[in-house]
Amino acid sequence: MAETAQMQVSDEVAIRINNMNKWYGAFHVLRDIDLTVHRGERIVICGPSGSGKSTLIRCINALEEHQKGSIEVDGTLLSSDLKNIDKIRSEVGMCFQHFNLFPHLTILENCTLAPIWVRKTPKKEAEETAMHFLEKVKIPDQANKYPGQLSGGQQQRVAIARSLCMRPRIMLFDEPTSALDPEMIKEVLDTMIELAEEGMTMLCVTHEMGFARQVANRVIFMDEGQIVEQNEPEAFFNNPQSPRTQLFLSQILGH
Amino acid sequence: MSDTHAESIAFVRESSLPPAAPPEKVGGPFKWVKDNLFPTWANAILTIVALYFLYLLLSGSLPWLLNGVWNASSLSECREILDGATGACFSVISERWHQLLFGFKYPSDQYWRPTLALVLLFLAVAPVLFIDLPRKLLIFTGIYPFLAFWLIWGGPIWGPVFALLGVIVGYMVYARLVHNSFAKALAGGIVAAAIVWYVGGIIGDALRPARPLLEAVPSRDLGGFMLNMMLGITCVSLSLPIGIALALGRQSHLPIVKGICVVFIEFVRGVPLITLLFVANVMLAYFFPPGSGVDLFIRVVIMITMFSSAYIAEVIRGGLAALPKGQYEAADSLGLDYPQAMRLIILPQALKISIPGIVNIAVGLFKDTTLVSVISLFDIIGMIRGPILASTDWNGVYWELFLFASVLFFIVCYGISQYSQWLERRLATDHR
Amino acid sequence: MTTLTDPPKESFRPSMLLSDTRYRSITFQVIALVLLIAAIWYLGSNLAANLRAAGLNISFQFLNNPAGYDINQTLIPYTSQSSNLQAAWVGIINTLLVSFLACITATIFGVIAGVLRLSNNWLVRKLMAGYVEIFRNIPVLIWILIIYTIMTAAMPAPSAFRGDDPASSMMLGSFAFTNRGVYIPGPIWGPGSTIVVATFVASVIGVFAYRRYATKLLYDTGRLLPMLWPSVVILLVPTIVMFFFLGMPIGLDYPALKGFNFRGGIQIGAPLIALWFALSIYTGAFIAENVRAGIQAVSKGQTEAAAALGLRSGRIMNLVVLPQALRVIIPPLISNYLNITKNSSLAILVGYADITATLGGITLNQTGRAIECVVLLMLFYLVISLGISMVMNVYNNATKLKER
Repeated sequence: MAETAQMQVSDEVAIRINNMNKWYGAFHVLRDIDLTVHRGERIVICGPSGSGKSTLIRCINALEEHQKGSIEVDGTLLSSDLKNIDKIRSEVGMCFQHFNLFPHLTILENCTLAPIWVRKTPKKEAEETAMHFLEKVKIPDQANKYPGQLSGGQQQRVAIARSLCMRPRIMLFDEPTSALDPEMIKEVLDTMIELAEEGMTMLCVTHEMGFARQVANRVIFMDEGQIVEQNEPEAFFNNPQSPRTQLFLSQILGH
Repeated sequence: MSDTHAESIAFVRESSLPPAAPPEKVGGPFKWVKDNLFPTWANAILTIVALYFLYLLLSGSLPWLLNGVWNASSLSECREILDGATGACFSVISERWHQLLFGFKYPSDQYWRPTLALVLLFLAVAPVLFIDLPRKLLIFTGIYPFLAFWLIWGGPIWGPVFALLGVIVGYMVYARLVHNSFAKALAGGIVAAAIVWYVGGIIGDALRPARPLLEAVPSRDLGGFMLNMMLGITCVSLSLPIGIALALGRQSHLPIVKGICVVFIEFVRGVPLITLLFVANVMLAYFFPPGSGVDLFIRVVIMITMFSSAYIAEVIRGGLAALPKGQYEAADSLGLDYPQAMRLIILPQALKISIPGIVNIAVGLFKDTTLVSVISLFDIIGMIRGPILASTDWNGVYWELFLFASVLFFIVCYGISQYSQWLERRLATDHR
Repeated sequence: MTTLTDPPKESFRPSMLLSDTRYRSITFQVIALVLLIAAIWYLGSNLAANLRAAGLNISFQFLNNPAGYDINQTLIPYTSQSSNLQAAWVGIINTLLVSFLACITATIFGVIAGVLRLSNNWLVRKLMAGYVEIFRNIPVLIWILIIYTIMTAAMPAPSAFRGDDPASSMMLGSFAFTNRGVYIPGPIWGPGSTIVVATFVASVIGVFAYRRYATKLLYDTGRLLPMLWPSVVILLVPTIVMFFFLGMPIGLDYPALKGFNFRGGIQIGAPLIALWFALSIYTGAFIAENVRAGIQAVSKGQTEAAAALGLRSGRIMNLVVLPQALRVIIPPLISNYLNITKNSSLAILVGYADITATLGGITLNQTGRAIECVVLLMLFYLVISLGISMVMNVYNNATKLKER
């Protein structure tokens, strides 16, 4: 699997983060982050809680502001200019830990809202696209229900479909499975694996190490706001270099 | 790390980066002013408008407030002292404060009695408001209503003493029987208390002293802010148990019981308090046995209690509905009967959730006690509109009096609502 | 095939009334019913005895007798010779008038203050918090009295407007604030004015039609037309053109000082203004808190999810936050409207002739028909309250979030 994944990666740069720093008040959350993501790469970011991994990916689509350094997505430099932010957000899809579906809209409306109002897609076409992606995440029959009527796993798959409807070139996942019951994790991971196999550029914050081994072509370990170690999954899991990585892996893998 | 993908992607950090200080622009007072007052053009305009408004407010009120006269004996004297300058005439308050606080008929040498009752009130409610205080203090809370009654109304001490005795005996009987059956315990408690009250009535009449320790004050002599406080506290405390009963009745599966409660609650919530006060004033007397002559204060207390118990019932119903169904099922599965399940499992939790709502109702009710001035009771507003503004000395001193009443109400209501917010935060963390 | 048999049928024993769940509930209900009937009977017999002793009876005949008192602010024909019933109608309409006006202004105050309380401008935030706390924690009765006093004691008398060098002058030459009330210009409807009004109504419909069309165009073709300025143009231009085209058929009747008082225009009495303004600003403080709570109830995740999809902040507000916040805001908003209606009964304090002041005040005192008046009064408020809560229930059921 790792080999086939490797082959799909191109030399084109999707995200380039240079010397990025962020503070919450005086608290230094992200320290000198340097990261380049190539088109088609699938990166898993892990680390103890509070290590800044969620903040990192939230900076990429400007949900959080960074104070120093630069972020470049698909050649667009992220600045405080709304046009840039709009452009980056419409290229970057994101899935949240708590799904954040809009409870007052049906599944279908959740999926068509942004295409209609942001991409200006005609409603009919947007609905077709939405149905296409809902089929892809295997819940087309729930299209007219409301989020509250679905299980957690179904909701997260809808959230993925909702992002995909914007035809993003990059997907960010912020702990997509950690609010789910164990039996629902698999259905969400399967959806994500399928997405990976199609060559989507993905950044996942997750503790699903099985997923990382199977899908990622790079694993990044973060602690105290810094990238401590990164490597290909085999090397990362079998032969971690930094003592902090070793400690973390021993805790999370339970041996 | 490298930009070209051909090189190895492996990377290990050798040394940890120490936390650095944030860049200069993050802090500083200038940044605060810019971020909080002038972040955008629209916001800057808003700030300037707000500043101008504030200037108008302060320039209008400050000279008036600071230049106030505190030691004149009438409005005309005030005006002489001010000699055309802007200034308040606060002397109305320094001269009439006792009327504003206690009404104009309460004997002035007895003012220490309601004052003492107020001080003791803080002691009595403290264990109710703050769960951390020792539970033993609740004993004083139980004694307080009888003590306060005696302090304010005066008269022979035997009345309140036997009333308290009846409650104690009733409670003891109830506590004895409650493990056996709630219904029997309740009935037993009520009967025991009634017997003590009856006997006490006879003994009390026999023991009536020629001159009571505290001079008796009839309830029509009560007035001022004291009357607002008394009505507020009495009616809220009385309406709590009634509200709980109504809420349980409304949740009940028995259609007739439920119907009675729904009709009562919706009726009371559907009419303004002032119409209920009209009922107290002109109608309620017809419903008592002929010749019983229940005085206006008690009639008003009855109607306001009805009023607030309907609102409290709705708050508690919300609390009951917010409990997960599992709680009811768990109680049933343990084999508890209905009174037990309610008393031990459901109500303690539901009441805890409802406390902020109940406090809000209490604040609203306390403000609404000013309505009694409409049916010619002399509460603080009744005093202002009646005896004080009608007197030749102070005719025309509106603002100072309204300001005084507003400040009193603001202190009490703001204090209570701050307490409620504190409690809400505290309950929120307790649940975690 | 079932092997279950019915449980053996026990013969009825009296103890089952309490021990058997089938009979227990009936027992309790019978007890409740008996207690209720006993209470009603007891109160009713006391009432009958007291009425007999006082030589009174219950009769609604007085409603047809002449009221015999004047009312200065009426929207329907009324003289002191009209019946008590007509006086009650005047009161009902006045109650509805002041409640309606106060509901609108209270909503405006509340929404502005609620939104500004969430502003990122520190000063504005604090000012609004001050407004909310001060008005919520002081009884509405005091506010009514304060504003009424401002109206009557602090405003100039009409005579102050007289003379060559008057102490007071009219605002913009057409608004007069006096201690008898506020005088504003009233419209004069000339020939052709109906056409102008009709044009305006058509323009309002036109704005809605345009917005629908714009949304439809977006849905069909993905082309988004500008919304704001075409709406303004459609709303105003045809009416203005028609107004001048027909030779300005609608004129204004300006109030002017004639003798001791103002004549012409529309007079809004001081009691009405005091009550209206006090109720609006007091209830506005409560509505502000509801609005704030409603907006804050929409979790931050919703805003972030919408932002992550690329929606701009205005659209996030319109499409995601407001529809959810309204669900939280509207029920307490409606109960605040109910509170306004009920609090308008305080009109009696300032002498505004609402239903409480006419039926429950003067009529009651003059006829001595206390029970009848109070019962009718309660009935009126009850009908209004139940009507509004019915509307609220319908709304709540319609907007309930679908959950499993």
